[in-house]
Amino acid sequence: MNIVNILEEIEKVDGEIYERLNPRRAAMKEFFNMGKKITLAAMPLALGSVFQKAYGQSTPAAVTDVLNFALALEYLEYHFYNHALVAAPTLTIPAGAATAAITLIRDHENAHVNLLKGALGAAARPEITYAMTDFTAGGTFADVYSNYGTFLAVAQGFEDTGVRAYKGQAGVLAGNAVLTTALQIHSVEARHASHIRQMRTALAGGAAIYKPWVSLGAAGQANDSGVPQVDAVYAGEDLTTQAGVNITGINGNAGVTKAVAVESFDEPLDKASVVVIANLFLKTGFKL
Amino acid sequence: MESLNENQDVLQKESNILDAKLERRSFLQYAGAGAAIVALTAAGCKKDRVVNTDFGVTLDFKDDFGVLNYAYALEQLEAAFYIQVAAAPPSGFSAAEKQYFQDIQFHEIAHREFFKNALGTAAIGNLSVDFSSINFTDRSSVLNAAMAFEDLGVGAYNGAGVRLKNTTYLLAAGKIVSVEARHAAYVRDLISNGTFATAPQVTASNGLDMALTPDVVLGAAGKYIKTKINVINL
Repeated sequence: MNIVNILEEIEKVDGEIYERLNPRRAAMKEFFNMGKKITLAAMPLALGSVFQKAYGQSTPAAVTDVLNFALALEYLEYHFYNHALVAAPTLTIPAGAATAAITLIRDHENAHVNLLKGALGAAARPEITYAMTDFTAGGTFADVYSNYGTFLAVAQGFEDTGVRAYKGQAGVLAGNAVLTTALQIHSVEARHASHIRQMRTALAGGAAIYKPWVSLGAAGQANDSGVPQVDAVYAGEDLTTQAGVNITGINGNAGVTKAVAVESFDEPLDKASVVVIANLFLKTGFKL
Repeated sequence: MESLNENQDVLQKESNILDAKLERRSFLQYAGAGAAIVALTAAGCKKDRVVNTDFGVTLDFKDDFGVLNYAYALEQLEAAFYIQVAAAPPSGFSAAEKQYFQDIQFHEIAHREFFKNALGTAAIGNLSVDFSSINFTDRSSVLNAAMAFEDLGVGAYNGAGVRLKNTTYLLAAGKIVSVEARHAAYVRDLISNGTFATAPQVTASNGLDMALTPDVVLGAAGKYIKTKINVINL
């Protein structure tokens, strides 16, 4: 993507584009220079905000809805980790690697909140505060902030849900520059999920194994987390047909078992199903 | 094997002529060692050469097929790498690591075959790989190559998604990229625990993973691919 070219194209039909963007051409030059430094990553949103300033345009309503939905989930994730780190005296996250990992994840969720808020501008949904949340899910996970194992199990649920939720909205964002940003968040959530699963395996000390990827459950069920209370998070993860192609044993590859077919493709989750899961962790009056 | 080598010599000479032609067409070229190596499907017995990549392969980004073939090329590369690792893991691998690398091998085979079937007659041929820069007996060398492949794959899918017009294929790509990200995080943690999502792969200030354009990805992957990859309509 070449921003300068895009701007030049616009200039052909709107000679005052540079003035609209910023009265000082020098400032635009600075923007171009900055553009070279920031990765392609940040471009769509950076560009989006520039255009928004220029024309006062808002993003399409469907896209705004997706971003606000994502923002709500990121608020939830952020508060879940942040509370664990700063305000849960009965929860012992081991010092060192474990605390560092949870801190990194918390910081990413916070960055996602800020990124989405910035992209949405005035269209951003109201903030979700910690006081509006209930990470015990009405008592289902009563010891989430006193039992490290429960905390990690719920964390895995959040991350795997996040991966599915972003994937579920990809179609709405198809062809839109915002899609790229959403994908960049999506893969980071998957990295988090992979690590949390490894943390759970380490904690189990050989008693249980949670693969870094979503596999089949021990009894062949879709939920491989060992926590039946989060079945909804994994509903449909055991799909083995992709875009009409049957993956199990594909083209004579016997090594591609049903479990491999399940592991090699992560499944999306539709918005309504994600909302049901998210609402478990929101107090009455603040549900999505 | 001798006749296979002879065939390759002949074809290398032929390919030099073809190279010149391609350059005049101003194709963007991404070549590994520069030679177009041929996938001989009937290994070395018939005098008829079965040639499917002597021109190299062309990724035409004018439509979704180009994007899917781009993904297919990357999955071919990843699958070939993990097949080699799983067949003879480095002696430094633990039992758990051997198991997971075997799992990953089958994930990549599943991805490769998925694209092959989804593309049908539009699929590019088999790529020839060049893993001479990887020491498959050394744990560290294997892990670092795996990390490079996985991170590159994540960046490639993230960057390519917006090019896909068909939402079914966009979703399929989305289903794959998060699995690649899970692999990437796992391999990174093996190299150094806690680096599953650290900079420069994930930008700390905005929490975003890489999104890479095909030219950047193919440039980085080039040293592992012998087959010439022509990119048009990017």
